[in-house]
Amino acid sequence: MRLASKRRRMNIGRLGIYAFLLSAALFFLAPLYIMIVTSLKSMDEIRLGQLFAWPMALTLEPWRAAWSEACTGVACEGVSAGFWNSVLITVPSTVLPILVGAVNGYALSFWRPRGANALFGLLMLGAFIPVQVMIYPLVKMLAAVALYSSLPGIVLVHLIFSMPVMTLLFRNYYAGIPAELFKAARIDGGGFWRIFFQLMLPMSPPIIIVATIMQVTGVWNDYILGLVFAGRDNLPMTVQLNNVINTTTGERLYNLNMAATILTSLVPLLVYFASGRWFVRGIAAGAVKG
Amino acid sequence: MKRRRWGMAWLALLPMALTVLLAYLGTTLWTLRVSLSSSRTFPRDDFVGLAQYQRLFENERWLQSLGNLAVYGLLFMLACMVIGFALAVFIDQKVRGEGLLRTAFLYPYAMSFVATGLVWQWVLNPGAGLQPALQQLGWSDFTFDWIIDQDKVIYTVVIASVWQAAGLVMAMLLAGLRGIDEDIWKAARMDGIPAWRVYLSIVLPMLAPTLATVFVLLSTAVVKVFDAVVAMTQGGPGTASDVPAKFIMDHLFGRANIALASAGAIVLLLTVVVLVAPLLYARSRARAREGA
Repeated sequence: MRLASKRRRMNIGRLGIYAFLLSAALFFLAPLYIMIVTSLKSMDEIRLGQLFAWPMALTLEPWRAAWSEACTGVACEGVSAGFWNSVLITVPSTVLPILVGAVNGYALSFWRPRGANALFGLLMLGAFIPVQVMIYPLVKMLAAVALYSSLPGIVLVHLIFSMPVMTLLFRNYYAGIPAELFKAARIDGGGFWRIFFQLMLPMSPPIIIVATIMQVTGVWNDYILGLVFAGRDNLPMTVQLNNVINTTTGERLYNLNMAATILTSLVPLLVYFASGRWFVRGIAAGAVKG
Repeated sequence: MKRRRWGMAWLALLPMALTVLLAYLGTTLWTLRVSLSSSRTFPRDDFVGLAQYQRLFENERWLQSLGNLAVYGLLFMLACMVIGFALAVFIDQKVRGEGLLRTAFLYPYAMSFVATGLVWQWVLNPGAGLQPALQQLGWSDFTFDWIIDQDKVIYTVVIASVWQAAGLVMAMLLAGLRGIDEDIWKAARMDGIPAWRVYLSIVLPMLAPTLATVFVLLSTAVVKVFDAVVAMTQGGPGTASDVPAKFIMDHLFGRANIALASAGAIVLLLTVVVLVAPLLYARSRARAREGA
């Protein structure tokens, strides 16, 4: 949509466009570059203060130490424990909300029980309540049913906080499926669950992919819920990472810190690079709350 | 038949109903109730009116965190919008390597706030980061120590957050730009209207719904800001980069002052309502009109 006829003026203009875009790209990529080179340097080299310099002697030692030796407050077992905790939290916190969201969206789109839409409206408004409003009473409630500081507890909390977006995603998706299909299945005598499992779920992979991307990155990157609800034995990687970096005494091991930061970001970054456009579609869909 | 059909559907919606009733309505009412009591370590049943709110707004640290939130929110949203829009417009000029550029701008959004905060803590560290590096490159009097400067530390949180979120704004606005009819551009070109005019007077208004979505997304992110501050500055130096969410968490779990914290949480909730409600209302009105 450029002015194709005015070639000469365009060339200067295009130069400006590329100059802007390239300098912007440098700004966005610089921290990633700095993280990587820092994680591959020895502390002696870091003390030279050459932030941008490529390592003189490449070492993977900081990565090994970050993974299996770094102190996360009390224990010194590296961020690997946090990694597996995050996996244990993320898997059920992805599957369960998607399943509940799908059932919600299906019931809201096709069965439409009376009052359900009002309930859905409230759920959407609930998405805007700051977590700080809900956190303390939720701690009390979970403690009352002995789920506080447990894996099922943190999964339940993730389910609660992701239900609005998951329900919205599936409701909007099912709104695009012809009602005739559902009616035909009804006439054939399909019940609520049969139609869901045999008709709707098999038609849902596109939206399930989007939902999975959102949940995996969202749950993996969560800090505050894991910090409060997971309990000491299940702290996710983000919390352990923050502990590694902000509670160390003595000299700060920047190389180890950066390796730990990259390790913690690896899963969502891989999801992002692998999913490309789906990732954007997911956040865009999730952003359209209400 | 009818009743059974609703019965099963309702049963299926039970988790949603419980979430709305217990997790959303229940907790909000509970927090509201506690904010009107004199609770400290444990919830107390008494009623002290708005005393906690009064205490809250006499609390220096709270006022500072509110001020920080205002500065942070304003700058963060403005910078994200401007940078995001600029990136989207420039990328939309049929440039080479669009995919690579988009990837470079958006990847920070995949990272957690904690990781973002930690990276920038390292980059902006005046002892080992950007400052000595640039000094050694010959820029001997270069100083950038905002992260340890009480008056400027909040701007460093803005820098890190904009780095994290501007790509998202770019992605959403780019999608919006791609949805605009090519004919508008042809017509404008025929009339000899300069491109920047078209962007300002025609394209920007047409992007209003997308901009509204971006605004809602960014403003809820502002109110929530917590992880990035904890990771980057831990609220410091002193309490210079404190934010309301952190104030509330500290008073809930560190300082055993749950009534004061609850009052803060309710103030935060009201902030969200004031920011987001008009937009949501306008959008639902627009949607109702479309549907009619």
